[in-house]
Amino acid sequence: MWLQSHRISAVELTQAFLARIQELNPRINVYVTVNAEEALQQALAADERIMRGEDGPLLGVPIALKDVFSTQGVRTTAGSHILGNYVPTWDATVVARLRDMGAVFLGKVNCDEFAMGSSTENSAWGPTRNPWNLERVPGGSSGGSAAAVAADLCCAALGTDTGGSIRQPASFCGVTGLKNSYGRVSRYGVIAYASSLDTVGALTRDAADAEILLRALEGIDPHDSTCVDASSMRDQSAPADLRGLRVGVPREFFVDGMQPEVEQAVRAAIEQMQVLGAVVKPVTLPNTSLGLPVYYLIAPAEASANLARFDGVKYGLREIGADLIDTYQRTRAAGFGSEVKRRIMLGTYALSAGYYDAYYIRAQKARTLIKRDFEQAFAEVDVLAAPVSPFTAFKLGERTDDPLQMYLADVLTLTVSLAGVPGISVPCGFDGAGLPIGLQLIGPAFGENVVLAAAQAYQAATTWHSRRPQL
Amino acid sequence: MVTEIEVERIAHLARLELSRDERVRFASHLAAVLDHAAALESLELDEIPPTASVLSVHSIVREEDVVGVSLPRQSVLANAPATDGAGFVVQATLGDGGG
Repeated sequence: MWLQSHRISAVELTQAFLARIQELNPRINVYVTVNAEEALQQALAADERIMRGEDGPLLGVPIALKDVFSTQGVRTTAGSHILGNYVPTWDATVVARLRDMGAVFLGKVNCDEFAMGSSTENSAWGPTRNPWNLERVPGGSSGGSAAAVAADLCCAALGTDTGGSIRQPASFCGVTGLKNSYGRVSRYGVIAYASSLDTVGALTRDAADAEILLRALEGIDPHDSTCVDASSMRDQSAPADLRGLRVGVPREFFVDGMQPEVEQAVRAAIEQMQVLGAVVKPVTLPNTSLGLPVYYLIAPAEASANLARFDGVKYGLREIGADLIDTYQRTRAAGFGSEVKRRIMLGTYALSAGYYDAYYIRAQKARTLIKRDFEQAFAEVDVLAAPVSPFTAFKLGERTDDPLQMYLADVLTLTVSLAGVPGISVPCGFDGAGLPIGLQLIGPAFGENVVLAAAQAYQAATTWHSRRPQL
Repeated sequence: MVTEIEVERIAHLARLELSRDERVRFASHLAAVLDHAAALESLELDEIPPTASVLSVHSIVREEDVVGVSLPRQSVLANAPATDGAGFVVQATLGDGGG
């Protein structure tokens, strides 16, 4: 809006962000690659288009990209040594779309290696720090994206969410993060983790910005056969406000051992929605506790297949061994970090002869039960309201020695991913240590309209989303 | 219980060279996650179909298979660790070298 009214030019805006990145990045470690030269060229081109009278919600708007999105001519590492020098020769579909719309790419932001993690500590380029408290993690795996928005190092950031990787860091960093329905946004050119779960979405200042990004990113793509035409599936139009909106509160999401301040803040947010006219009722998602074991069989199984492509032949690192098999083994040993190796091992185990039926197929069947839970709940309510994470941002290093403790950070986001439905994290308060708390609003498949409308109505009545850390 | 020998077998299938320390750690981590997965054993799942994708997509034949522009060879080879200018250079895949 400011760009169109010529109050500030895209070049000036880009320069301001680049200066702030230069100042703050050494402390927070958000940007893995700063794309200054190209960003300024893009900004100049955007200013020319604006001068010609062109209009567009993202024209000249500086954006950060999680380092899993292929960007033509700009290094894309997925947070891994194995792709340390990889420079894609083509754009991911979503990157190409934003480029056409005149967005400015400030650079690539940090993430857990191959998007596997909940704290951004699994990156080959060191951990990103939480802008609200530099001794805390920003969440993960899109921790760089969330921290970039929270620290005002971009207008918005793209992330990916496979089991909570947009919502959980958005919650930890006090920003808005929308995980779209599976199949709503193209995955072409996004470095794959678990293909039946991976989704692309945006981390933004508020739900209104999230909607702008969704409209820019969505739509069918001939390069991704799982990407569908959402307009034909949009069966619910967006409500104008919360009056009469049926909000379900899943009791299983208020888990034992959750931080009391998180429960209080989320329940207060739900009460506020009720005051604004929502009809709140308890619902049950009885198979919620299956989320963790199901996810940690299916996602690693898919990852073990997807990451087989990193063999030191076509791109990336190569460590020469005695023969070709030895080269594969050495390359992968040298290139992958611990968590990636662990998930490849888990997935290979779950898919191996003798265990395939016992683990992988059983997990896929249990996934059906989880999906049905959500279908049954959405027969009664329009959206679900719950916490994003049982706790606020934890300390760096606190959970790195115990993988299961780390996996528990996603316990309230995993089932949403397994069911393929949309969910948004919106700020709804702070704990005693000044760390942000997130409210998760979940909708039926392709029900982003309702989720976004509910989030916007909540944000119109609250100011949690407009608070910023002191840096 | 996952033994180190099993870990070694899985590592070979996954084409991962593991150190002794990694083998020990992964044996215990794998066991911990698989213990968690024991929750699935008690479920009655005989009548439940597996979900491989949440979308009801199915294979279709394209009405028209339009040949698009492919990436130029130079672009495909641009990130290769070793190339002769025409293709990827790898070690022998047949004979003893093929493993």
